Amino acid sequence: MEIKIRQVNGVTVLDLSGRITLGDGTGQLRSAMQDALAAGSKKILLNLQDVTYIDSAGLGELVSGYTTVKNAGGELKLLNLSKKVKDLLVITKLLTVFDIKDDETAAIASFS
Amino acid sequence: MEATIHHALLTLASSLEGVDAVEQLARSFALLAGFDEHVVSDIALATREATVNAIIHGNQQHPGKAISAELDLTAEELVIRITDQGEGFQPEEVPDPLHEDNLLRSSGRGVFLMRQTMDDVHFSKHNTGSTITLRKHRT
Repeated sequence: MEIKIRQVNGVTVLDLSGRITLGDGTGQLRSAMQDALAAGSKKILLNLQDVTYIDSAGLGELVSGYTTVKNAGGELKLLNLSKKVKDLLVITKLLTVFDIKDDETAAIASFS
Repeated sequence: MEATIHHALLTLASSLEGVDAVEQLARSFALLAGFDEHVVSDIALATREATVNAIIHGNQQHPGKAISAELDLTAEELVIRITDQGEGFQPEEVPDPLHEDNLLRSSGRGVFLMRQTMDDVHFSKHNTGSTITLRKHRT
């Protein structure tokens, strides 16, 4: 997996591409979110547009990130889910947990 | 019993490095079976989850233990058996990941995803370990 980090109007956007699976993918994602929090970012947007595949460990990492950011007083939102990833969030009921956006401008504006 | 058209047996050490190879093999068989990409992806995911389960929960990543992946494609179905050399586990003891109290857990969705994506998932224990059998019907 590759992660590119951008700052847009006070929001840290992580552009993820590739596979979020047990091992390198989940480890990279965890590190990137921890680094963003350590740098003082409390508004994190995960752009999953180019995520091709995610397994249960990847879903778990998204959940852990959500919880970690929330406990730090921040917000974590998801952007641009592929149909496959969205389907997985539906069947695992995680669609009810995350704030999911499909437009970046609207997503950035939605952070408090 | 249907005659096997394609058969493969892969034996690997209990290391997560081997998971991708098993997943790729399952993907190849699913493509051979003619499943559409959505189903191919489901089969790959279920196989991945079963393999990770065997390595981590079955063999406890013990370097002296192996896992095997056996794939059989018949005219009727694709059967994938992932076998470990561990003590096995009780799938019914895995907390329901859809329960409100478990939604924010960072793990525990693997068995659920296997069951959601395959037509049949069967857990069995034998003298030398445990096997997860995944089935996907072709028709």
